[in-house]
This record gives sequence, C-alpha cells and structure tokens, in this order.
Amino acid sequence: MNHRIELRSYSRELHNFRLRLAISAGFMLLLFLLLFVRFFYLQVSQREHYHTLAEANRISIAPIVPNRGLIFDRNGVVLAHNYSAYTLEIVPSRIGNLERLINELTTVVEISARDRKRFKKLMEENRRIESLPIRTRLSDVEVARFAANRYRFPGVEIKARPFRQYPKGEFASHVVGYIGRINDKDLERLEADSELANYRGSQHMGKIGIEQSYERELHGITGIEEMETDAAGRAIRVISRTPPIAGRNLKLSLDFKLQEVAEKAFGDRRGALVAIEPATGDVLAFVSRPGFDPNLFVDGIDTENWELLNNSIDRPLNNRALRGLYPPGSTFKPFMALAGLELKKRWPESEISDPGYFSLPGSTHRFRDWKAGGHGLVDLHKSLVISCDTYYYSLAHDLGIDNIYNFTSQFGLGKKTGIDIEGEAAGLLPSQAWKMQRHKQNWFAGDTISVGIGQGYNLTTPLQLAFATAVLAGNGAAFRPHLVKQVLDSNNRIVREFGTSPLYRLKLDPANLKAVHNALVDVTRPGGTAAVAGAGAAYTFAGKTGTAQVVGVKQGEKYEESKLDERHRDHALFISYAPAENPKIALSVLVENGGHGGAAAAPIARVVMDYYLLGKLPKEAAAQPVDQVDEEEDEEHQQNREDGHG
Amino acid sequence: MARLPHAGHYFTRYIDGLLLCGILLLMATGLITLFSATDANSARVTSQAINMLVALSVMWLVANIPLEHIMRIALPLYAAGLFLLLCVALFGEVNNGARRWLNLGVTRIQPSELMKIAVPLMMAWYFDKHETTLRLRDYGVATLLLLAPVLLILRQPDLGTALLIASSGFYVLFFSGLSWRIMATVAIAGGASLPLLWSMMHDYQRKRVMTLLDPTQDALGAGYHTIQSTIAIGSGGVLGKGWQQGTQTHLAFLPERSTDFIFAVFSEEFGLLGNLLLLLLYLALIARGMVIAANASTQFTRLIAASITLTFFTYIFVNIGMVIGILPVVGVPLPLISYGGTSMVTMLLGFGILMSIQTHPKLVKT
Repeated sequence: MNHRIELRSYSRELHNFRLRLAISAGFMLLLFLLLFVRFFYLQVSQREHYHTLAEANRISIAPIVPNRGLIFDRNGVVLAHNYSAYTLEIVPSRIGNLERLINELTTVVEISARDRKRFKKLMEENRRIESLPIRTRLSDVEVARFAANRYRFPGVEIKARPFRQYPKGEFASHVVGYIGRINDKDLERLEADSELANYRGSQHMGKIGIEQSYERELHGITGIEEMETDAAGRAIRVISRTPPIAGRNLKLSLDFKLQEVAEKAFGDRRGALVAIEPATGDVLAFVSRPGFDPNLFVDGIDTENWELLNNSIDRPLNNRALRGLYPPGSTFKPFMALAGLELKKRWPESEISDPGYFSLPGSTHRFRDWKAGGHGLVDLHKSLVISCDTYYYSLAHDLGIDNIYNFTSQFGLGKKTGIDIEGEAAGLLPSQAWKMQRHKQNWFAGDTISVGIGQGYNLTTPLQLAFATAVLAGNGAAFRPHLVKQVLDSNNRIVREFGTSPLYRLKLDPANLKAVHNALVDVTRPGGTAAVAGAGAAYTFAGKTGTAQVVGVKQGEKYEESKLDERHRDHALFISYAPAENPKIALSVLVENGGHGGAAAAPIARVVMDYYLLGKLPKEAAAQPVDQVDEEEDEEHQQNREDGHG
Repeated sequence: MARLPHAGHYFTRYIDGLLLCGILLLMATGLITLFSATDANSARVTSQAINMLVALSVMWLVANIPLEHIMRIALPLYAAGLFLLLCVALFGEVNNGARRWLNLGVTRIQPSELMKIAVPLMMAWYFDKHETTLRLRDYGVATLLLLAPVLLILRQPDLGTALLIASSGFYVLFFSGLSWRIMATVAIAGGASLPLLWSMMHDYQRKRVMTLLDPTQDALGAGYHTIQSTIAIGSGGVLGKGWQQGTQTHLAFLPERSTDFIFAVFSEEFGLLGNLLLLLLYLALIARGMVIAANASTQFTRLIAASITLTFFTYIFVNIGMVIGILPVVGVPLPLISYGGTSMVTMLLGFGILMSIQTHPKLVKT
C-alpha cells in the first residue's frame, strides 16, 4: 500500500468530498442539537433551580439585631442597659497570617497583650462564628485612624455594636447576672431549641441570673433586611425590610435602694440576705456577698480578673442566697413550734422542765442545750424567745420524723422555691425515705432529736428560709418568690405580671399562729435572743435567731468561739418579718462564720427593716474583715469562664 | 444575488451577500450583548465596533484577492508563522504564566493567531500540489506540518488555540480523503494514550478537566466560571430576563462576561428563544460555507473552504459547550460576538477567503 499510486478520478474525488461534507454537516447538526438539549435542560427543566441560585446570589439576607430589653428595679432604677460603641472585628477565615495582621494593626490601633490573649481564646471557642472582635470600645480617634488605613487590612472591619452595661456594678450582680458572647455550646443549645434563626447576627446572650433566665424575653425578635448585593458583596439596594422587635423590658420586684442598704450592711462579711413581700412573693432584696462586677464578663473576662474572682477564698461568684446550703439551726424552731401546736402535741401553755439536756428513754446519750444547766420551766413562748433546745428535742421526739417532714415541707423546706433564676439548690429536709435512699440505713430515733433544732441532716438555702418565713408571716399564704415583677414591651405596656395569686394557702389555726407570732416579736425585745438588735424598733419586729455549726462539738466538749479558726466559726442566721400584725417584709439573713445569730445577723435585718419600713438610712456599718475556706466549686461560673473567657 | 461575478458594483463585486448578511447580524447581536455585558460602557462598545470595521475591511481585501494569489502565499506565511512560534518559544514574553507574545519593539504579536489561517492554507496547498499522486506518505508529511505548530503552541501553553489549529488541520486531512481505517486506528491509539497525555498535562489543564467533571469541587476557584455561567443561563428561562436585566451579569457574578463567557450574558437576557435564534444564525453561516465548499472548483479551495467552515463551527461548539458546562474551560471566544480584535480579524479573514472562493471565476482543472 505504501508505494501504490492511486489513479484518481476527478468526479469520484468530488463525490467523495461531497459525501464527507454531508457527513460532517450531519455531525454538526447533531452537536448543535446536543447544545440545544442542554439549553432545554438548563433553561426549562432546571430553570427553577437556577433561578433560586441566581436569587441567592443576588439577595443577601442581613439580620437586624434587636435591642436587648432593659432591666430596672421596682422603682425604675436601671440595672442593665445598652449603649452603642465601635469594635474592631476580624474575619479569621479571610486572613492568612493572623499574627502578622495583628502586629500591623497595632501600628494603627492600640492592641494590648490582653486583647490578643482574649482574641486567641475567642478563636478557639468560636469556630463557627465569622467575625470576632480584637478590640472593643474604640475611641473616635482610633476609629478615624483605622478608617484612613482600612485599605491595608482586608478582612478587618469596624462595626458599631450595642454593648450591655450594668451601671450598678457589684450591686445586685447575683440577681441581674450578665450576658456573654455566644459560644459553640450555646449555639448547639439554640439549635436544639430551634432558636438559632432568631440569633442570626446576635453576638451575646444571657449567661447567668435574670439575663439568663429571661433570655427569651430580653433578646427580642431579629429583623431581616433583604439586600441586593453584587459579586463583591457590596450592597446595591434594599429590597425589603422587616424591622426587629426589641426585647422586652423587665421590671424587677427588687427595690434597689433596699438592696444597696442590705449589701452595705454586710460590710466585708460574707453572707446572704433574701427579703420577700409576704403578700405577693416579690423578692425585695436578694443579696449574696461578696458580689462581682458583671461588666467584666460581657466581652469575655480576661485571665487576671478571672483568676482573681475564681481563686478568691471568698468565692464571690458563688450565689450564696440561691445555692448556699446551711443548716437552719434555731431558725427552724418556729416551724417546729407551729407543728407541735397544729398536730396537738403541745399547747401554748404546756411547760417542760429543762435540766440542760435531753436523753432518749433508755439511753445515756445527752443532747445538750446551749445553756448548761438548762432554762428551768419552759413553755412554748419562752422556748422561742430564749431559743431553748431541750424543748425542741422533746418536741421532735414526740412528733416523730414523719410529722416533722410532712409539716415543715409545707413551708417549702427541702425543695426548690421555683424562683425565676436558674441554678437553685433544693436543700435537704430529712425523712425516713431520704435516709434509706441516701445512706441505705433505717431512721433512728436519735436522728430525729437534732433535726428538731435544725442541726441534723437539715440544709436550707437563705432563699428557702426567706420563703418559709414569708409563708409564716403571711399566715400560710405561699407565693412563688420572683425577682421579675412585670415583663413589659418596649412601650412599657405590661405583657406579663407575677405574684398576683398564691401557689397555695395552708390551713392553720389562727390561735396557734398568734402564739408563734407573739413569741417571735418578743425575741427582739428585752430578754429575747435578739434584744440588742431589736432595741428601740418603731414597729413590731418579729424574728428568730439561729446559729449553724460549721464544726461538730464532741460530747463533753464546749464550743468556744475564740479558740476556733475564723472559718470554722458558726454561721449566724436570722429570720424576721415586720410589722408582725401585717407583715410587709419577711427576710432571712446569713452571715458566714458570723458567730451568734442575734449578734451578727439580726442587726443586718434591723437595718433593712428600718430602711424599708421607715425609710431610715443606716450609719455606715463597721466593716469586719473575715476570711473563709470552702471547697465546693461553683460550676455555673466555671462554665461561663470557659465560655465567656476571652 | 449571492454571486456577483462580473456585473455589479466594483465595491461589492467579490462579496458574498448571504455571508455578509449573517456576519452583520451576528456582529449586531454581539454589540448589543456587549453593551449589556459591559454595563453600558460605550467606550468598550465603540472599540469593538472599530475592531469589527477593521475586520470587515480585512475581509473585503481578502475577498478581492483571487485564490491563486492566496495559494502562493501559503508556504511563506506558514514558514514565517513557524519561525515566529520558535521565536516565541525562545524569547517570548511571559504573561499570566503563558509564553504567547512576541515583542517586536513597536508592537506585540501573537504568532499562534496567524497560524490559525496559515496551517490550513499550508496543508491545503500541499495536498493541492500532490493532488494527482496522493500517497500515504503525503498524509504523513501533512500531519507533520500540522503537528509542528500545534506542539509549539501547546508548550506555551495555550490549549484553546492549539485545539482549534489541530482541528482545522484535521479537517483538511479529513476532506482530502484520509481513509476511515487510518482515522479509526489513530482514534483508538489516541484513546489508549490518554493516560500518557494526562501525565503530560499542566496542572491548570488537569484542574480544568477535573472541574469539568464536577464544577462544585472548586466552587470559588476554577469551577466558579462554569457554576456562575450555568446559573446565568438556567435562570434565564425560556424568554430570558430581558436586555440589561440579567442579575448574574449586572451584579458581576459572571466572570469574563464580555469575552469568553459572553454567551452566558446573551443567554441570561434572551433565554432559550434567543439561544435558538443565535444557533440558527450560526447554522445559516455554516450552511453557506458548506455550499461554497461543495461548489469550489479546485482541491485547494475545497479543502480551505471546508476547513474554515468546520473550524468556525468548532469555535462555536467549544465556546458554548464550555459556557454551558459540557466542555472544559479553554480560552476560545464566541465567534463574531466575544469582545476582542484579533479573533475578529482572524475570523473575517477566513470569511474573506470563503467569499473569494465563491466569487472569483472558477478555474476548472483540465
């Protein structure tokens, strides 16, 4: 074939050529048909799909973050509000070398080592969030300087953002709580609650206190702005706008002036105070000392401040009023007394003879009265006024643990009060069932005896004690304690209101109540355990002192305050309400390691009562420096440290 | 009408009316689309109109040259082109990672563009010369004549141009009567050597092939072009969004929308109906080219006419194919529509030759 010379015929050649032309014409038509099929597929079959994609390209939906609701006290004193400030934000995904970028930024805007550390933390904790602040609260000069150098920093932006501020700082910090940056864990939770859509664009949410428990109300509803944008992301025009609905404002039941008076009355001492209006369940004051500055947490707390707060032996982050568990001590006695009367185990006038101790029949073990030698003949009135232990040992024995449990639990002891902030401790009111479950042991008759004076297994929170006191003061009417009185819309119209109807009313014999009330009034009068604190009160000041042991005292030993380490001293307790005939306020006071209730706790109650009932401001309380040891970790703040930090 | 061999005005004597008509319609479509693609940038549109006028003048000039003269320059043109390609390989300017341009001091030229016309001319000339004694060896020589420039251009690298030149050369081989058996053998061998070709490809070429198979693989990188152009076309629907109403175009989502991807602009704004009309217009030009080829009187003119026509088709198919996402993204403009002077001139030079073939008195070989 290689050397074959074909003789070519012109006409055959032309025919061949034209044949090939025809073949290629068919081929081209086929390929054009292929193009057309593809057009049809894209523009007819898949048109909707591509239309959607084109719209998604064209329209960007920008969330408009609503203003967070304000928090103010019952008289309108603002406790949490917003202000607008500039932040410098970085979109890490758009930055190659972050370290170098930040170094370069330093030439324009001051960025401290603390800012860097905080930013690094934020990066680690918020992988899903696009834009993170490297600096907050820029000055006008810094804003101007950055704006002039903006071209040098793609991926860095200045944003005007609302900031949360707590103008009262430490005061009421355990009530108001704080907001912090939304972290990955929060996002998961929001996703689980199908709330994520409403948080597009939100950077913060409540972490603790009212800010946390009323997050849904405070946050508001995010608005939407549909913008036409070009490929570079520049907004061309607004297509539609759904305005945001601002978060609801909260009017607390708290009286801030009272709160301030109460907090100052503690001086440097650690402790808690909860004051409740018996007729409504309004929490008038809710103190846990020491407090902390919630403003530190808003944009992530820095390491130094965190260490300071977290490692302090005073544990300022621990909400003692809500979560602190203490034996109620003698403050338990009024409820025991009422139980004895209601269950007909005692009459007001029936007397016992107090030798200074109580022994179970057939036992040599002596349950000692606080007063060696005893109080002689003691009736119910005297048992409360002088806080006789022996009277309640024998009463406890006569009642039995089941009756004690059933009766006193009606006052809310041993269970959560249901207050409107999260993390409340339930306390402990012992029962046979509880002991079996917890210790796998039967209940012994001896166990009942110390329960009678609030020392056995009993543990209460200051909030529980205040609630129980309020129920007692209200003659059995129980209102759920609440820190928020009204939820208001942005025009301050009431959306919801709390404390309008009681949870339940206990049926109690008025004569029995009167006997207890009378005795409690005499506690603050000469001869009573709180006589000093009650001296000269211009109203009927009912109260009961209590002292809770921190370290046990062995049989035959004597408790001597002066010999003990300060942190091992007894906790001082006091419950109180006034005016006794028609109580406007009921409260509990706890002073950690304060010693005797009458000396350490009752004076604080007096200051609060004087201010609340008479408007009388105290002279500056003398500060008593006290230290403390505590092992319990505060999980809640620990968690927030992990989130909010940086 | 179409053929005005002796009579008629001197000026339009060698112009094929049907071809001109189709060309002008396409040019008008091009200008209208360009106006939209450039966001009513009249400077760009004016400069394209000037490109068109220059190209039309070139076409007129070429149409007036009898094919014997054109045939005579085939060899020197090819030799010069090859020489310049070698120069590019040795001293060319690097631009965007490709060595395509030759700086002559006064101006920069891209010799590969010249070869688009020189290669088929040369091959057709060669076959014409050996017409009576055509042997297998001649096909071998012609293939070498084709491969030399194609390989040089592939090295630059310029896949799009290499592909177009290779196909124009292939068309000459095909129409000169290359046996089906050889073509089948080469095709099978070619298919078998694909893995080898793959190993020789540049990374960017491989990436293009890969993103063709799955454009979403690299949505913001190499796949971005195809994704955005298919969105533009698909969202255009049957009737299109209307002139200057394409959101993909006007919000700048479409890349290279006045050059290689201008078809997406057209399609977004004029829809399936517009596409159909455009394809018919192109088809009309191709059909006219086929008729001219079928009627051509010499081996040389037949081969040239058929090659030019099919190359024109190849441009269209490759460009639209890549814009609608069925072919890899290679730099091939949409003929007579895409912005750019060089390709416009090359294209109309080809049409000038077609006109010359059609309108000059036909010499019948004896």
